[in-house]
Amino acid sequence: MTSVDTPRIDSERTVRVTVNGVPREATVPVRRVLADALRDDLGLTGTHVGCAHGVCGSCTVLVDGDPVRSCLVLAVQVDGAEVTTVEGLAREDHQGGQVLHPVQEAFRECHALQCGFCTPGFLVTIAAGLEARDRSAEITEEEVDELVGGNLCRCTGYANIKKAVRHAAATMREDAS
Amino acid sequence: MTTKLFGEPVRRREDARLIIGKGRYLDDIGAGALAAAFVRSPHAHARITDVDVEAALDVEGLVAIYTYEDLTGPMAEPLPVLIPHPQLHAPRTGYALANGMVNHVGEPVVMVVATDRYLAEDAAERIVVTYEELPVVVGVDAAREARAVVHEDIPDNVAARHHQETGDVEPTLAASPHTLSFTQYIERSACMPLEGKGVHARWDPDDASLRVHSSTQASTSVRAAIAAKLELSLDRVEVVAPDVGGGFGVKIVHPWPEELLVPMAAIRLGHEVKWAEDRREHFISSAHERQQRQEITVGYDDDGRITALDVHVWHDNGAYTPYGIIVPIVTATQLVGPYALPVYRVVVESVYTNTVIVTPYRGAGRPQGCYAMERTMDRVADALGLDRAEVRRRNLITPDQFPYDHHLTFQDGRPVIYDSGDYPGLLDKLVALVGWDEAAALRADAQARGKLLGVGMALYVEGTGPGPYEGGHVQVLGSGKVLVSTGLTSQGQGHETVFAQIVASELGVSMDDVEVHTGDTRRFGYAVGTFASRAAVMSGNAVALAARGVREKAIRIAAEVLEANPEDLEIDEGLVQVKGTPGASIPLRTVAVLSNPLRYAFDEAAKQATQFAGPGDDSKPPVAPGDAPGLEHRDYYSPIRSTFASGAHAAVVEIDPQTWEIDVVRYAVVHDCGNVVNPMIVEGQVHGGVAQGVGGALYERMAYDADGQLQNASFMDFLMPYASEVPDVVIDHQETPSPLNPLGIKGAGEAGVIPGTAAIASAIEDATGRRIASMPISPTELYDLMRDETAERTAASQQTSLQTGVPA
Repeated sequence: MTSVDTPRIDSERTVRVTVNGVPREATVPVRRVLADALRDDLGLTGTHVGCAHGVCGSCTVLVDGDPVRSCLVLAVQVDGAEVTTVEGLAREDHQGGQVLHPVQEAFRECHALQCGFCTPGFLVTIAAGLEARDRSAEITEEEVDELVGGNLCRCTGYANIKKAVRHAAATMREDAS
Repeated sequence: MTTKLFGEPVRRREDARLIIGKGRYLDDIGAGALAAAFVRSPHAHARITDVDVEAALDVEGLVAIYTYEDLTGPMAEPLPVLIPHPQLHAPRTGYALANGMVNHVGEPVVMVVATDRYLAEDAAERIVVTYEELPVVVGVDAAREARAVVHEDIPDNVAARHHQETGDVEPTLAASPHTLSFTQYIERSACMPLEGKGVHARWDPDDASLRVHSSTQASTSVRAAIAAKLELSLDRVEVVAPDVGGGFGVKIVHPWPEELLVPMAAIRLGHEVKWAEDRREHFISSAHERQQRQEITVGYDDDGRITALDVHVWHDNGAYTPYGIIVPIVTATQLVGPYALPVYRVVVESVYTNTVIVTPYRGAGRPQGCYAMERTMDRVADALGLDRAEVRRRNLITPDQFPYDHHLTFQDGRPVIYDSGDYPGLLDKLVALVGWDEAAALRADAQARGKLLGVGMALYVEGTGPGPYEGGHVQVLGSGKVLVSTGLTSQGQGHETVFAQIVASELGVSMDDVEVHTGDTRRFGYAVGTFASRAAVMSGNAVALAARGVREKAIRIAAEVLEANPEDLEIDEGLVQVKGTPGASIPLRTVAVLSNPLRYAFDEAAKQATQFAGPGDDSKPPVAPGDAPGLEHRDYYSPIRSTFASGAHAAVVEIDPQTWEIDVVRYAVVHDCGNVVNPMIVEGQVHGGVAQGVGGALYERMAYDADGQLQNASFMDFLMPYASEVPDVVIDHQETPSPLNPLGIKGAGEAGVIPGTAAIASAIEDATGRRIASMPISPTELYDLMRDETAERTAASQQTSLQTGVPA
């Protein structure tokens, strides 16, 4: 075997990233995907890997506000970025308690999860989509389909996930008015 | 009793952790574990001539490499045939690591352990295995032709011949006014939980004990398998199923090779080891299901009443038979559905192929059985020019015929005797729900829009809740907390919620005080597992019986303290009280403290209890003979036989005659699972099942090529339904309680998937006028079928001027 001069795939880089509002730093092999860095280096195991080839959407996180498949992004690519995972959807209230995001509340209320493995990817994607739209407008079925259309769920048949999107959108609409 | 939670759509308690990312799935455990990766066979059938690990040895982070040569004792023997059967005359199983032969792509050959998964895979890809390729058998037709064989000592590729009959078929067919014969196919799909399998093992050398976490549907049996294979005493092994990211059957198989190899490595290395299956591994090394060739002959009279049914099934069981012939037996016995068949004969030949093993996937042979029976009904109706619903109605078992004995033997060895049901009621509700009688108007409307529309229906009866048993343990603590445990596992069915509802209702406590644990052998050692729609029936009744035991003891103790007659006491909101006498009461938590005569005053509860404690009778021991300290009870539910749930589905499809895209535009479900514990959860199960049914009918297929290579082993190529592919489902309920169990419930987990393929095939046939005899069907296949001049047309299509957009 001939020796190669290019950097080894297991050479390391230090990545600085703000995760769920907290500055974090990790030294990772350059080939490590973001999902593994979040789970194994930062201990945020709420992000799940369902296919590792970008189709199922279970590993979706927000990078600078946009949904991204963290199994298809290298950790070194998010150096300097802001990342939001499912652990960062809830807010702290004034007493230090936890206020769930409306879409988290809606998932429980509407029985939109069963095994829960794909749920973090749906929650993050839908939360970003609902945050980005005009909250005062009633959500359309096309919008609902768009928000749930890119992720796979094997348990629920999606009906209750769609119901949860409508429920969350209605809650956010009330809160906005 | 005011604490009535049974039957309410109580929100799930497991959701609280799952929606904030605090679930604990297999790969979330063991942050410091070594990682295992596998070298798997790239060939479907080959002899291994050499395994060269030399190049892997200098990979940084490599810890260990194991091949078959490293296996000793029982680990070097073939994996167990879990469920032997006298008619499984040629069972075969693989080895934990291949022993000289591989019989399907994906079979594990070498295990590598390294400091992380990336490095383990680096080492694995440097290991060179040399193979001598052998002829490959793919598909039931190739298996039955047997020009090549999977196992050289089985020249006909037949693993099992299963045969049941309820009368003399040939003379009955000969005497029947009409007969028809046909052959049809159904293809392979797979469970495909979003979380693959996974195992984590930790050996404690000081305690000489092993703790294993596995993403399994049967932790107690995994424990027993590990103990046997690794020659450990059962008490030195504990197995826990953590949060499991879906199962649908594939995780009931055990022991998977990895469930033995990972613990073996953990013991040998004295270090935690973990393996989390990746998606490609799941496709090529976990189980599939559903491929069958069905040869059917039916006799019937002028009214469409069936006189005799003769079915010959060729069932593809893949390369090995670790799970016996459960799936084909279920097909054979559940095929009869809700119908009274005067004479029925079924022969199943289960054949080996060089493909991934076939073991239960939600429905477990029932979708195939339903497909056989329901498509037979459609053929009879078509031949006689009768309405498909009417032909079904004429053959249904009527409510006055229960218990109805089919004179068949079910997969659990017990008779197929239907306990209760109302099948005409189901059909009436379905016809109303889907608008069956308005199909002509729907068709005309679709035609006006340039679309072909068809309707189809399928009915099923599902044996649920098979034994032999499940157990439950309920304990009230001095804090008032009620601990409930049962041994079977959970994969998203909401057991924590449902069992808490049952116990809270039975015991008369707030659900908030109830804590439920499942699938943990440290808490409950005897269990069977979660499969065959059995958890609610089996463990639901077991925890109910355990709660009743606790209630009885609590009332006995409280009656002494309150100097009341036990019959006058009730428990409500955690208070044992004299009915109708406010104030004459004692908290259940205090009864719990009193139940233990040793009461060190650790806490307020113990102090409070002393005020109720009597002086005691010096002539008797503090714990009476036959009694036990503590307010707890363990009980088991063991049914005499399965309870039979039922349902009816209808699909309305629209087909675009340009693209031949098939769109399910309406899907109706009528469902009967007896008394319902939580209707929200039951509807969720139905929704999920229907989605898998639609997937199996229209999209999902394991595409093996002739060399046994799985061509679509990724989510990009294996088409699981997204939300855009799943129709809106309308559901109506019927509740026919089971007389067999204390709660009157029947299983609900698999029901939604069973009739999908049959109903959708029927609807496509109705829309196109072409006989649909192979499922699933893609737009391309439908296009080819429509252009095939030799394709069979339905009688109905020849009598009406069905416009199909294709020249006749």
